[in-house]
Amino acid sequence: MTPLLSVQGISKHYGPHIGCADVSFDLYPGEVMGIVGESGSGKSTLLNCMAGHLAPDAGQVVFDTRPPSSSEAVGQYTDGPRDTIAMSEPERRMLGRTDWAFVHQHARDGLRMGVSAGGNVGERLMAVGARHYGDIRDKATDWLDRVEIDASRVDDRPTTFSGGMQQRLQIARNLVTGPRLVFMDEPTGGLDVSVQARLLDLLRGLVRDMGLSAIIVTHDLAVVRLLADRLMVMKDGRVVEAGLTDQVLDDPQHAYSQLLVSSVLQV
Amino acid sequence: MYVAVKGGERAIENAHAWLAEERRGDTTVEELSIAQIREQLSLAVNRVMAEGSLYDPDLAALAIKQARGDLIEAIFLIRAYRTTLPRFGASEPVDTGNMACDRRISATFKDLPGGQVLGPTFDYTHRLLDFKLAADGEAPKAPTRDTEPGNVPHVTEFLNREGLIEEAPHDDTPPPDLTREPLEMPAERALRLQALTRADEGFTLGLAYSTQRGYGRNHTFVGELRIGSVPVEMEIPELGFAVEIGEVTLTECETVNQFTGSKTEPPQFTRGYGLVFGQTERKAISMALVDRALRWEELGEDNVGAPAQDAEFVLYHADNIQATGFLEHIKLPHYVDFQSELELVRKLRREAAAQQVQEAAE
Amino acid sequence: MTDYNFAYLDEQTKRMIRRAILKGLAIPGYQVPFASREMPMPYGWGTGGVQVSAAVLTPEDTFKVIDQGADDTTNAVSIRTFFQRTAGVATTTSTSDATVIQTRHRIPEEPLTEGQILVYQVPIPEPLRFLEPRESETRKMHSLEEYGLMHVKLYEDIARHGHIATSYAYPVKVEGRYVMDPSPIPKFDNPKLGDMAAIQLFGAGREQRIYALPPYTQVISLDFEDHPFEASKADHPCGMCGATKSYLDEVIIDDAGGRMFVCSDTDFCDARQAAGHKGKDAA
Repeated sequence: MTPLLSVQGISKHYGPHIGCADVSFDLYPGEVMGIVGESGSGKSTLLNCMAGHLAPDAGQVVFDTRPPSSSEAVGQYTDGPRDTIAMSEPERRMLGRTDWAFVHQHARDGLRMGVSAGGNVGERLMAVGARHYGDIRDKATDWLDRVEIDASRVDDRPTTFSGGMQQRLQIARNLVTGPRLVFMDEPTGGLDVSVQARLLDLLRGLVRDMGLSAIIVTHDLAVVRLLADRLMVMKDGRVVEAGLTDQVLDDPQHAYSQLLVSSVLQV
Repeated sequence: MYVAVKGGERAIENAHAWLAEERRGDTTVEELSIAQIREQLSLAVNRVMAEGSLYDPDLAALAIKQARGDLIEAIFLIRAYRTTLPRFGASEPVDTGNMACDRRISATFKDLPGGQVLGPTFDYTHRLLDFKLAADGEAPKAPTRDTEPGNVPHVTEFLNREGLIEEAPHDDTPPPDLTREPLEMPAERALRLQALTRADEGFTLGLAYSTQRGYGRNHTFVGELRIGSVPVEMEIPELGFAVEIGEVTLTECETVNQFTGSKTEPPQFTRGYGLVFGQTERKAISMALVDRALRWEELGEDNVGAPAQDAEFVLYHADNIQATGFLEHIKLPHYVDFQSELELVRKLRREAAAQQVQEAAE
Repeated sequence: MTDYNFAYLDEQTKRMIRRAILKGLAIPGYQVPFASREMPMPYGWGTGGVQVSAAVLTPEDTFKVIDQGADDTTNAVSIRTFFQRTAGVATTTSTSDATVIQTRHRIPEEPLTEGQILVYQVPIPEPLRFLEPRESETRKMHSLEEYGLMHVKLYEDIARHGHIATSYAYPVKVEGRYVMDPSPIPKFDNPKLGDMAAIQLFGAGREQRIYALPPYTQVISLDFEDHPFEASKADHPCGMCGATKSYLDEVIIDDAGGRMFVCSDTDFCDARQAAGHKGKDAA
């Protein structure tokens, strides 16, 4: 089976300082990969390189593309595995609107704060050609419901939402066009514990229902325990351990992984 | 009965006639001469030359007279005139190291070769209105002394020798000409400096001030401020070598700024640069501060979101001729668009009212 | 002004502007950057339109200038006088007699023909400007055909007001590719843009952009399928000539706020009155 995403030798340096070094892995459809490490481990750099926000110094990010619908044909866009680093910017941005999604740590970075909830969710639909106001609104309302935001809030701006609601809105905005791969950067960061739990539950349900693949960067082991099938532990820009989530968390081999796991407070 | 308003052409003619009268003012009062403006309002003349991008004190003085003292209006006249002038070519870059300095100060060293020369400055005057000036008096005479013309090297050269200040990159590519090509972002430093030297003094001053108050601060020292005349040379194709075609007075300001270090460079002083026609100090110093602020990206610094760091914001709003043109255009008739807004608002209000009635009935 | 070239601009400048115009005609709706010159009237007062007119005028042309639809408004007078002095071309107030028409904020009511050129004065050429202030970003959005933000704005209008709340400078899509600002004409005029027999040129001096619509171009006002575009106007006939299908000015006629509605297009109204049509407020 072709991997949905094949990351090969991604490296990024900031002068003499290593951002991330020679990271490789394959991700298959329906799989969730967690990347854990503390601040400065390079996990966010890696995520941003993969998602096309940063240009890596070396490496490839090969995505198994599918042919675009007829209204969205762009240049020499062909289907099958393509290195997204080598893609032209129009193609990469098209990918970012359709097959890929990115959930930011701070909802404000992933939402238009001056636009209503409905407008936020509807934007990706309108960006790929939706032109019926009623249908767009219905679909947006439907999605608000799926992420457990009351439909009556459809015309409210995200500035009036709580942190957890904003994050759920960001998820709805990203998933409305049915992407196949979602990048998430500390999706539960800064949220209250009970809010986090609710969000994780929601994410788990959506990932399962939609058959999503996801790459989640987090320093919180509880997040990967709940969501990730596989895990990579990063330290100082390098992957020190990788494997099935339960295996790595229950029986960590590398000294740093052991330190991470043992540091988590058991309540 | 309604009669459509006519007579715009005559109204304009009459307006212009009255304007001319106002410009002249009370005819029992002596008329201003171009020479008087040039000689006695020289700092106004300097500003008009600098922002008009045209070095000609007599023309600038004429523009000031015609504009009734409104300097932006005068700058507009100069700019419009400049557009019509034929171009013979470009001069060699002026060598400010060769300047015959009337004024030369440095805040970074107590003393230095070339000395601290105050020149004709307002700096230490006490701002007390001098009522003696209200009457014609004797022409003031300053004491003079013979001196040896000395070497006045740039302060930054001393810092350069120790490697303490960033090298000014040597680049001979002719910079684009803002008056001949549209401004496009991202703009290289040469283009930014070009835009800044002809930018509105007040706007530049405000931005520079903002950087001193925390909106993108970077510890500025005035390494050197020098004012004086420099020769302008141009290569004549028929001769095959450069000849001096004239002299201009310039104000040059080099600032020395601390660098907080980046991911790739060890700490070094960095530069800001200002260069303006005439004795135009406030503008030259402001320009140097804003120049430095706009260099955050190439120096690997953080964008703290300060207005002076936003190149698009600064460059698109610095030109006072564009600014005043667009600002003042709102005086023009806009009643057609207003009409369509009126119709829309009326419609929305009707619908809102109808809905209220309906809700009240339910 | 005998020292100036025909129509004020030197030939090199005209050549530069014509190249920009040709590019604009080849890519309908695309904003072509051009090196706008300082003109003797202020930026914001029609310098873009003036430069475009100066570049296309020939000594045989007949020139008409309107502002708000009228030939006699002050800025139209000023611009017409400018070209009378610098180009010596014949001028007219009659739409059908003109070969080049420079306009601010209106399209003439009388349909234009092949062989005519309509030059629009444009203040802000970028339709996305008030949604995204950065030029670097909007340029990318146009090149990547990323117009989602534009529709979001229309969506928000309907969510808030029940209608699209743009009444002038209403954005259009040109030949299914570029989103364009048609200049601040009332949306009532939008249908005239598409399939027009004349050449339409748009000049923005201060913003340094030229764009164009060649004859018989497809121009569609943005909307939603269930909230279609409406070219609306005040629901009155013209008080002077009785016309029911022309755009109207609202004129306040007494201290009590009494009002009447008159054709904004003065040539159109005068011609109708000369042909015997009378509105209820005519003498």
